[in-house]
Amino acid sequence: MNAFWSFITERYPDILKALQEHLVLSFSAVILGTIIAVPIGILLVYSRVGWINSIVFFIANLFQTIPSLALLAILIPLLGIGMKPAILALLLYSLMPILRNTYDGFHSVDEGVLNSARGMGYSTAQTILRIQLPLSLPYIMSGIRITTVYIISWATLASLIGAGGLGQLIVSGLGVNKPEMIFIGGIGAILLALVADGLLGLLEGWLSRRYHQTRDAAI
Amino acid sequence: MIVLEHVNKVYDNGFHALKDINLEFKEGEITVLIGPSGCGKSTTMKLINALNTPSSGKVLIDGKNISGLNPVELRRNIGYVIQSVGLFPHMNISKNVGVVPRLKKWDKGKTDQTVNELLDMVGLDHTVYGTRYPSELSGGQQQRVGVARALAADPDIILMDEPFSALDPISREQLQDELIRLQQDLHKTIIFVTHDMDEAIKIADTIILMKDGEVVQTGKPDTILRHPANDFVRNFIGSKRLENENENIYEIPLVDEVMITNPVTSFPSRGLAEAIKMMEMKRVDSLLIVDRNKQLQGAVSIYRVLDQYGEEGKTVADVMHPVRYSVASGSTLPQAIEIMDSHQLSNLPVIDSNNRFLGLITRGSVVKHLAEVYPTMVPPLLNGEDE
Repeated sequence: MNAFWSFITERYPDILKALQEHLVLSFSAVILGTIIAVPIGILLVYSRVGWINSIVFFIANLFQTIPSLALLAILIPLLGIGMKPAILALLLYSLMPILRNTYDGFHSVDEGVLNSARGMGYSTAQTILRIQLPLSLPYIMSGIRITTVYIISWATLASLIGAGGLGQLIVSGLGVNKPEMIFIGGIGAILLALVADGLLGLLEGWLSRRYHQTRDAAI
Repeated sequence: MIVLEHVNKVYDNGFHALKDINLEFKEGEITVLIGPSGCGKSTTMKLINALNTPSSGKVLIDGKNISGLNPVELRRNIGYVIQSVGLFPHMNISKNVGVVPRLKKWDKGKTDQTVNELLDMVGLDHTVYGTRYPSELSGGQQQRVGVARALAADPDIILMDEPFSALDPISREQLQDELIRLQQDLHKTIIFVTHDMDEAIKIADTIILMKDGEVVQTGKPDTILRHPANDFVRNFIGSKRLENENENIYEIPLVDEVMITNPVTSFPSRGLAEAIKMMEMKRVDSLLIVDRNKQLQGAVSIYRVLDQYGEEGKTVADVMHPVRYSVASGSTLPQAIEIMDSHQLSNLPVIDSNNRFLGLITRGSVVKHLAEVYPTMVPPLLNGEDE
């Protein structure tokens, strides 16, 4: 226990740096993933060609099934080592849940609401931006939340291709046989995931109340 | 004025939904499109705001072919109300009503003022309901908002696709009345789709009856009722009327509901003294004679019994007279009254198909039945809020 505390007090700049790298890794992956997956999800909702949807979902699913270590290793010859390939790999993982939830969120919007929007003179873009997107935000947010938690835990592996992060503490700890280092890395990742999950959960709840008045407040 | 000229609609799968439709919708009138489901009434209505485009033929609004117009712009100038209401759940009531003015980029002050006026006009106090959300309103209130929303940008034309069909009967009546009231001030060109003949007759200036993608008859409600063009129209009016009749409180009562089920009866073997005693006790002036198998044998009046009273040993069977008139169970009250009236009867037995005695219609029982039914025959008052 002593070794544990002395490690924290001695090495806290390193720990903070690792934490910061971890945050950058995870959140750039999630944010980029959202920027890519949400528009693709919307396109799929409006696509009239059934097989395109199947193929896109198949590919997004496929990314999920590749073991993370393998994916990271494959990216080394393509993009080298460091942050960039790590973010790309994590981004590929984040696509599926966000894509799926965007798609489902858009489909959850009541048919009557869409009919009346169209009949009153909403253009397609206006329908997407003012009706469907706000109404499916809780769904999309929940996809982002699930993804974030996964990505934070998978990001520990990114240190293997030199991207740093809390994983670096674990890998180094293994190398020099320092259990406290391994613990700090592991617990740090867990805490980060829990905090992110909690905060995003609050955001999701707020969006649900704001944009999806389905609770029965009637007399 | 809206004119449809030789409009045909053929879907990709070959279904011929509309067959050479030629129609005119007069300005400032409520025109009701009616027909059985699948007759093309909704399809026809949706031609007007370009939610549907004709395969051939023309749709003209004030002489302009709408195929040359931008459909989004066109729809913003036509009010639209649908059965499922379709209020936006993430916007409060005021925002919902102000949707089209915002799309048309009215300034905020004008939009807010119009929204408040419209909410008050459809009977929802804007200070109370403006900030509520659609899920907090009843179905009837939601559709009031739906109507206000359609009126918001002051369109000349309003399309209503079975707007009141999903509502409970009381809210439906109220909204129909409200629509008629609003129309007296607004004089919009309203095209109203329904499958309910009562609704059509109530609100329409002109009714267009459709079947299988064709117009069967067009005319004022009175004309259609008086001169149905063919059997289909006659059936459509008739069957609909009958359907409504069943759930109606004014339905004709059956003798079974009106008859007394425990009239004073006696077995044929009773003595005359017993009969008199019984009549005294029950305060009646005649007895019906019914045997053990519930077969009606006859009737005796107190005068007959008193006349023969001296002859001991006689039973009621000896002095009774046969019952000449009876009515079968399941007959209507008017039939029974007809018989009683034409034969000057004070009462009439009801028997079942096996000739068993079930009960008795008397003048008293008829009056009593009417007294019970009468209060419900006054139409329910329609001034409550539909909450």
